[in-house]
Amino acid sequence: MNALIELSWITAKIVALIVPLFLAVAYMTYAERKVISSMQLRRGPNRVGWHGLLQPFADALKLLMKEVVLPQNANRFLFVLAPMLSIMPALAAWAVLPLADGLVIADVNAGLLYVLAMTSMGVYGIILAGWASNSKYALLGALRAGAQVVSYEIAMGFALVGVLMAAGSLNMGEIIQAQQGPIWNWFWLPLLPLFVVYWISGVAETNRLPFDVAEGESEIVAGFHVEYSGMAFAIFFLAEYANMILISGLAAILFLGGWYSPFEGLPLLGPLFDWVPGLVWFLLKVCLFLFLYIWFRGTFPRYRYDQIMRLGWKVLIPVTVVWLIVVAGLSLGEVGPWFS
Amino acid sequence: MIEKAIFYFFAAVLLLAATLVVTARNPVHSALSLVLAFFSSAALWLLIEAEFLGIALVLVYVGAVMVLFLFVVMMLDINLSVMREGFARYLPLGVLVGLVMVLQMLLVIGAGVVDLVPEEQVAAAGALDGNNIRLLGSVLYTVYVYPFELAAIVLLLAIIAAIMLTHRRRGDTKHQDIAAQVRTRKADRLRMVRMPSERDSDS
Repeated sequence: MNALIELSWITAKIVALIVPLFLAVAYMTYAERKVISSMQLRRGPNRVGWHGLLQPFADALKLLMKEVVLPQNANRFLFVLAPMLSIMPALAAWAVLPLADGLVIADVNAGLLYVLAMTSMGVYGIILAGWASNSKYALLGALRAGAQVVSYEIAMGFALVGVLMAAGSLNMGEIIQAQQGPIWNWFWLPLLPLFVVYWISGVAETNRLPFDVAEGESEIVAGFHVEYSGMAFAIFFLAEYANMILISGLAAILFLGGWYSPFEGLPLLGPLFDWVPGLVWFLLKVCLFLFLYIWFRGTFPRYRYDQIMRLGWKVLIPVTVVWLIVVAGLSLGEVGPWFS
Repeated sequence: MIEKAIFYFFAAVLLLAATLVVTARNPVHSALSLVLAFFSSAALWLLIEAEFLGIALVLVYVGAVMVLFLFVVMMLDINLSVMREGFARYLPLGVLVGLVMVLQMLLVIGAGVVDLVPEEQVAAAGALDGNNIRLLGSVLYTVYVYPFELAAIVLLLAIIAAIMLTHRRRGDTKHQDIAAQVRTRKADRLRMVRMPSERDSDS
């Protein structure tokens, strides 16, 4: 009986996280279209609802009512499995992310490793979608995505090693607690190169512009999901946006002090902002990174494939290796407020 | 009770997936079954609270190694009938190898703790109360530091050797030299020419 109650309590917590997450994904698409359109001096969606606020629901409804086309020579089982494989890890990783002090589904010790493992599984959805569709464009997209994600995972992993060296823990909550204090106590400052590397590889991991060669509308139509339609296509879309929010949330937790206010512990400003709950600070930081995603999309041209590989292997990975050694030195010397 | 049920579920999935790896007709299906097998065994490890090992298995094998595997398998055009040809002929050898592996497993399990390093030394390193990962790290970098470093060097050598063996620089490929591009100055590319804007002969 007790086990049953516990099980339903966990399920309730998961639902309480997933529903707002899906809403956030829906409004992320809306925000993206609005921000991009204002960058391009357009108005963006403004017909459905007040200022187009109901547009995401109209889109979802449209996709739900469309037919899911199965290509004739596609591998049926894998074709249907691929979208599920891409959304599952994107949602599963959220289990260990603390949204505020103590507000987390599973407070596990190996949290950071768990997140890395989950995000590294997302590539299966893309690869299988590309292969199962039995289409040349889709296969090309899948191959590009596979190589890109595997390469950038290494740079990302090294950047996270820096964080865990600085925090001395793999537990998400403890990583944030290690950054307690005002904005200059957070890890973005001592780990600045790793922060930049993490963010670039995060953008590459999610196959977003300027690293979106996996989709590359102008080269291979839509890459790995060119044969998908209706809800199956929508699930790929959901997974992409859920992954973007996940990467942004991770960046906020690992480098921008999670739920801490930027004025934490300051003499005058600190008490002034005490009434703001930690969740709000966290969400604000996430929004900052999400805006960066859109901003990149609006301003950067797409990288060429070989240039992406060069950036990942020959620039980002050496930078992280060098900075890991610097971090080791800083932490031996107990420098500043971060390593004492 | 529940833990037992979970264990049997994952164990059943693991065995099923492992069987599929060798019986599936399509090599991509085989590779995917292997992924499933890795994942189920990671779940089993999580069940005995070896969370670091379990997650590392997913991270390394599922997240990286099998992706590359799939990558290659997807691009190969494998003729399945040729692969199945010698099945009956090689079966006795396969059974023999399998039996030896089972025997080895039984020996390891039967021998109890393998006494490579004095046990009290390990216990002393693990005495600090803490989580599984902290424990693993403290043992790995104190008691087992030399074997660990040796393994690291072997891996590094393997990486370098693999790259040296497979990486041939072809002369006829187009190649972008980023350093040369960055080094160029305005004078290398641009020549300012002074000339009159109009000529008398035109009018």
